Amino acid sequence: MNTNSNTYIFIYASVMVIIIAAVLSTAATLLKDKQLQNVKNEKMQAILASANIESTPETAETLYNMYIVEEWLINPTGEVTDLYKAGAFEKGSGRAFYLNLKTELYKKTKDEDFQSPLFVCKVEGETYYIIPLLGKGLWGPVWGNVALKEDFNTIKGVVFDHKGETPGLGAEIIYPIFTDPFVGKTIFDKDGTFTSIKVVKGGAIKLPTDQQIHGVDAISGGTITSNSVNDMLFDCLENYVPYIKSNK
Amino acid sequence: MSEQGQKESMFSAKNIKLLTDPIGKNNPITVQVLGICSALAVTAKLEPAIVMSISVMFVLGAGNVIISLLRNTIPQRIRIIVQLVVIAALVILVDQVLKAYAYDVSKQLSVFVGLIITNCIIMGRFEAFSMANKPWPSFLDGIGNSIGYGFILVIVAFFRELFGSGTILGWEVFKTIGLYEIGYVNNGFMILPPMALITVGIIIWVQRSRNPELIKD
Repeated sequence: MNTNSNTYIFIYASVMVIIIAAVLSTAATLLKDKQLQNVKNEKMQAILASANIESTPETAETLYNMYIVEEWLINPTGEVTDLYKAGAFEKGSGRAFYLNLKTELYKKTKDEDFQSPLFVCKVEGETYYIIPLLGKGLWGPVWGNVALKEDFNTIKGVVFDHKGETPGLGAEIIYPIFTDPFVGKTIFDKDGTFTSIKVVKGGAIKLPTDQQIHGVDAISGGTITSNSVNDMLFDCLENYVPYIKSNK
Repeated sequence: MSEQGQKESMFSAKNIKLLTDPIGKNNPITVQVLGICSALAVTAKLEPAIVMSISVMFVLGAGNVIISLLRNTIPQRIRIIVQLVVIAALVILVDQVLKAYAYDVSKQLSVFVGLIITNCIIMGRFEAFSMANKPWPSFLDGIGNSIGYGFILVIVAFFRELFGSGTILGWEVFKTIGLYEIGYVNNGFMILPPMALITVGIIIWVQRSRNPELIKD
C-alpha cells in the first residue's frame, strides 16, 4: 500500500485522532470522580490544617463535618447573608465551601456586589474563624487559609498552597519555616485599624518595634511570591473588616 | 530457550547493550545533550526528580512500543505529527492517573508532567530508534534511555537538595549531623537553575575524563 498518498494520510490522521480522543475521554471520565474527590479532600484538609487539625485524605471528610460547625457568607457591608449549619441552611442558600472565591474577588474589582466565605471551627471548646485566601503568585495562583482566634484579630494558624511556584524558592511558602511565624500575629493594631500581615523582605525585624507584631519574614529568592502572599492577605482579609468592626 | 535457533534471545548481548548504553557512554543528557530543560527545572528537590524520571520511563517505554508497532503504517510525511500525538496522549494519561491516584505527587510536579511532551529525548528515540526497530528492542531502548535520563536527574537533584536546602528527600541531613552549629549556611545558589547546568557540566567533565572514547578531536 502506498503510505504516502494523500488519501492514506487523511484517513490515517483521522482514525488516529478519533482513537486517541476516545481513549483520553474514557480515561478522563473514569477518573473524574476520583479526581474531584481528591480536590475536595484537599480543600477540607487545608481548612482543617489552618486550625492545626491534622487529617489525611481518608479522614478529611469525617473530621471536617466534626469540627467545621458553620459556614457563612458575608457581604461587603458586613452582614452574614448565608448560614449553613449541621447539614441545613439557616439563612440564604449558599455554602462557603462551594463558593468560587475567584469569581467573588473578580466581582470586587468590578465594584459589584460580592460575598466572602467564612468557616466557623469549634475544637476543644475554642472557636476559630477560618478565612480562605486567593491571590496571584509568580507562575500561577497562590491560595491558603487563615484561622483567627475568637477575638477576630490574633492568628491561630495559616496554610498556603500554590499551583506552580519555583521549588526551593517561592514554593517554600507551604512549609512551617514560612507559616509558623504567622501564629500569634495580629491583623489590627492597638487603635483597631486594619493592618493585615506584612511579608517583609529582610525579616519582620526591619519594621518599627510596635509593628513587628503585624509582620513576618519573606523568603529569600522568592520575593515575588512573598509579595503576592502579602497582597493576598491584605485583599482577602480586608473584606471581613466591616463585619468584624460591627461585631466587636 | 528452544526458540533461540530461529529467533534472537530476549536478553541477547545486543539487547542488553540497548539497555545499558544510554546509562553510560550514550547517555541522553551528558552525551547527547538532550532533555536539558527538564533537568534544570525539576532537580531542585529529589522527590520530584524521581517521579519525573518514572513518568518519563512510562511515556518513553510505552511510546517506543506503540511507534514501533505502527512503524510500517506511519506515512513518512506526517510521522512527526503522529509521534507527537502519541507522546501527548501518553503524557495526558500519566497526568490524569497521577491526579486520581497520586494527587500529592502530581501537585509537586505541576506543569512539568505536561512538559514531558516537549522533552527532546522522547522525540529523539522515536525518530532514531523505534521508527526502524521491532517492539521488544524499542522497549529496551526506551527503558534504557529513561534510566540514563533519570540517573542524571537523581544525581543532580541529590547534590542540589543537599547543598541548597541541607535535606535529602525532605530529611534534614545537615541539621542532624550538626553542620549548622559550626557555622555552615545553605548555599542558596544551588537551588537556582544555573547551578543545575553547572552540576550537569561537572558530571559531563567527570564522565569524559574517565572515558576517552567520548572525547572528540
